[in-house]
Amino acid sequence: MTAIIIDYDAGNLRSVARACAEVGLSAKISADWREVEKAERIIFPGVGAAPSAMRSLKGAGLDRALIEAFQAGTPTLGICLGLQISLDHSEEGGTPTLGLISGRVARFDFSDQSLKVPHMGWNEVRVTRAHALLEEIEPGDEFYFVHSYFPRPSDASVVYAETAYEDDFCCALGTDNYFGVQFHPEKSGRVGLRLLEKFAAWGGEAC
Amino acid sequence: MLSKRLIVCLDVRDGKLAKSIKFINTKDIGDPVEKAREYYFDGIDELVFYDITASSEARRIMLDVVEAVAAEVFIPLSVGGGIRSVADATDLRLAGAEKINVNSAAVRRPELIAECAEAIGSQNLVLSMDIRQVPQHAGCPSGYEIVIEGGRRPMRLDALEWALRGEQLGAGELVVNSIDADGTRDGYEINLTRMLAEAVRIPVIASGGAGKPEHLLEVLETGKADAALVASMVHYGDYRVSGLKRWLHERGVKMRMSW
Repeated sequence: MTAIIIDYDAGNLRSVARACAEVGLSAKISADWREVEKAERIIFPGVGAAPSAMRSLKGAGLDRALIEAFQAGTPTLGICLGLQISLDHSEEGGTPTLGLISGRVARFDFSDQSLKVPHMGWNEVRVTRAHALLEEIEPGDEFYFVHSYFPRPSDASVVYAETAYEDDFCCALGTDNYFGVQFHPEKSGRVGLRLLEKFAAWGGEAC
Repeated sequence: MLSKRLIVCLDVRDGKLAKSIKFINTKDIGDPVEKAREYYFDGIDELVFYDITASSEARRIMLDVVEAVAAEVFIPLSVGGGIRSVADATDLRLAGAEKINVNSAAVRRPELIAECAEAIGSQNLVLSMDIRQVPQHAGCPSGYEIVIEGGRRPMRLDALEWALRGEQLGAGELVVNSIDADGTRDGYEINLTRMLAEAVRIPVIASGGAGKPEHLLEVLETGKADAALVASMVHYGDYRVSGLKRWLHERGVKMRMSW
């Protein structure tokens, strides 16, 4: 079983590949839409800005390949920007995105001006609904975050975990064979590696 | 809410770990990869590698060190020392560094900050500042000035002014390193840290002077730092990372307590 890590010029993919190697998930970094369409498993990472990311995806035909793979039932994990792009629309540059999941991405806007943006560092991930990928997360477990925008899915039933930064925001969401996390499992120590390990064994069931 | 971060700094010279006292008389204290792994398993939140040789031949060795650490340590890694160009930054990123620290070269050529922020993202670009206290004067109204070249060369540049300029140019985080406190183990420079943390909207990492757990508490609370950087406190085995985190946690500081 090999996972395809989508390469669309959106940040450092090798850290994701290294973490996959650590949990025994064979992974290949690829920008080829044909490989994405026939992948057994997809990791859709990404750091950076939504507008340029969408341009790169479209330029390489990866946007359609991702939608087709999603419809074909390929287990897919979105990370950070990869999650954000799976929704309909991002406030960042007013960008229409893939629309695998209904909802929008908004920028943090705090009444408390001492709160820093980006939200960067370790924060607790509170599981609100059971999912195979979140199985071993315990209360108090923290993951590493770096982001200025956050997902606002339209349907609350897709939310699986929340994190507090002034208010609670959705940090993990999923539907069918797609699951997305706002944090970086590849940079979150043992708890992050466990999530990737669960993904390696996940058949794509909703929960 | 975000936890405060405990960060260990490993000074690397020719691929080996060194700890400096006031930036002079460095001595080797072990293998950086082995130490990084030890701190990782003991719960460190982030690691910083500082290349203190920064000669061209040492650059390859540093890339190897980062690559070896990144293969085993799955938390943010930050690397600094001698970074002069976007190419230096991207090479280190590919080797496995999450964050890149710029210091002297950015003082000499501030556009480096904007160039690196554009290439690797502001959130991954750290402006590291070596600062010493001076009598206040018209050219240095804050009473703190920037020094470069490992603390040897004063730059007639006000630290507060430089921090604000760095933020504006695209730095995503600041390291506030007090040259006066570095290596003394007498505590962080609290006034300096607080002044800068209150002036900018990006996270501030306090550096230089940690010797006791109380120093960390003081800089995270009174100093308003988002993270505390330690080195000799843990390198020589006087304190453990997990012990420091527990001590702070017990005193009400939000720390990541499971790993």
